[in-house]
Amino acid sequence: MAPKHLLGFVLSLGAIFIPITDVVQAQKSSDRQTVVAQAPAKTAFTTNKTQPFHSEGERIFAQNCSRCHNAPDGFSPRISGTIVRHMRVRAQLSKHDEEELLRFFNP
Amino acid sequence: MRVAWPLAMLCAAWHATAQDTPLLSGGIAFLTSTNGGNTTYLPIMEPLLAAPIGNRLLIESRAALTESFTPNGNGQPGYNHTHFVGLTYLQGDYIAASHLTLVAGSFLTPFGTYNERLSPVWIGNLQDGPLIASLGTMGTGTGVGGELRGSAISRRKYSIDYVAYFSARSGNEQFNSERSTGGRASLYLPDSRLEVGISYGRLLQGTRENFYGTHVWWEPKGTAFRLRSEFARGHHAQGYWIEADYRTQAFGGLDSWIGRIEPVFRMQQTFRRDTIVSDGLPLVNTQRADFGLDYNLPHNTRILTSYSRQFSSAGDKNIWETGIVYRFLFPTWKGK
Repeated sequence: MAPKHLLGFVLSLGAIFIPITDVVQAQKSSDRQTVVAQAPAKTAFTTNKTQPFHSEGERIFAQNCSRCHNAPDGFSPRISGTIVRHMRVRAQLSKHDEEELLRFFNP
Repeated sequence: MRVAWPLAMLCAAWHATAQDTPLLSGGIAFLTSTNGGNTTYLPIMEPLLAAPIGNRLLIESRAALTESFTPNGNGQPGYNHTHFVGLTYLQGDYIAASHLTLVAGSFLTPFGTYNERLSPVWIGNLQDGPLIASLGTMGTGTGVGGELRGSAISRRKYSIDYVAYFSARSGNEQFNSERSTGGRASLYLPDSRLEVGISYGRLLQGTRENFYGTHVWWEPKGTAFRLRSEFARGHHAQGYWIEADYRTQAFGGLDSWIGRIEPVFRMQQTFRRDTIVSDGLPLVNTQRADFGLDYNLPHNTRILTSYSRQFSSAGDKNIWETGIVYRFLFPTWKGK
C-alpha cells in the first residue's frame, strides 16, 4: 500500500473512532427509547434515545427495525399488521416478537 | 401479465382485517453522480407492495423504474438516456411455524447484509453499493426457487436467525437467476447491540465456486451511531467494507436541525486472487474511501451527498454524488 493510501486509511480509522469515543461516553449516562404517540388517524414515531423502553414491543422495534432503517414519520393503523408481518419475514422475528410489535403499534 | 399478478393478489387480499390492509411503500429519488467531470442524472422509483392473505401468507414484491441520463462523451454535446423497468423480486412468504417461514418465488439472494437489508434506495446511506456487493449474490442478486428462514432462538439476552435457499437457473428477463444454494446465520446480542453473522453460497453451474462471508454490525445502546461491516471471499476475489454513520443527540435530540445531520464514512478494499473474472469485482486491487454527509429532513425525506476517492492501478478517480430521496408508506386503498 502506498504511503498516501496508508495516510488515508489512518485518517479514515480516526474518522470512525472519534464518534466511537463519543458513543462510549454517551453509553455511561444514557439509554435508548423510542416514544410512540397514538394519533387518531396515524401512528407516529419520534425517536428519543435517552430513556429506557416502556414495553417489550418498543424494545423489539428499536433493536430490530431501526437496525437497518430509520423509522417512518408515521403510518396508518390499518397497515400496522401488514408492516409487522413483513418485518417478521424480513428481520426474521419470532412469533413472540411479532405479537409484541403489533401490540406496540396498536396499544 | 406483469400487472396481473399483483392485481390478483390485491383482489385476493380484499377482505383483509382492519390492520392487514395491503401496503404500498418504497422510495422516489433523484440522484446525480459526477465521475471524471461527467455528470449522470438518475431519477428512480422503487415501489414495494406487501399484501397479506389470511393469517399466514404474505405476498411481497419490489420493482425498480429508472431513467438514466449520461453525457454523450467524445466531445459530443447533449445526453443519452436509457430506461429500465423491472421487478427486483416477487415472492410468497408462508409462516409455517413459530420459527419457520417458507419463501417461494423470486427472492433477494441471502448472502451478507447489503443485498437484503441496505439495497433499497430509501435505506442506503450512500448511493453506491459496496464494491463487493456482487460477491456471493450470484451475479443477479436474486434467486428463483425457495427459502427456509426464521428465528431459530429468540431470548432476551441473545437471538439467532437463519436463512437457507436453493435457486434454479432462470433466463427470464424479469426473474434472471443462477443455479445456486447457500444461506446465512446471525447471532444478535441485544445488550451490546452487536450482530455477527456468517454466509455461504455455492454456484452450481458453469465454473462451480464457493463464496464465504461474514458481517459485524454494532449499534451501541443510547446513541445514534452505527457501525456496519462485511467481508466476502470468492474463488477469484475477496474484499471488505466498513461503514460508520452518526447523528448527535447533544443539541436538542435527533429531530433538531443539527441532530438531522448524518456524517457517513465507508472504507472498502477489494483484492483479486487471480485474473479470472467471474464475480463483478474490479479487475485490479482497489481501495475506496467514501465520505458522506446526509441530512434527514422531516416527512421521510433524505438528502444524500458524498465524495469518494478510489485508488487502483487502473487509475485513481474522484466520485461526487448528490441525491434526494423520499420514502412513502400508505395503504393500497382508503378505508372507512
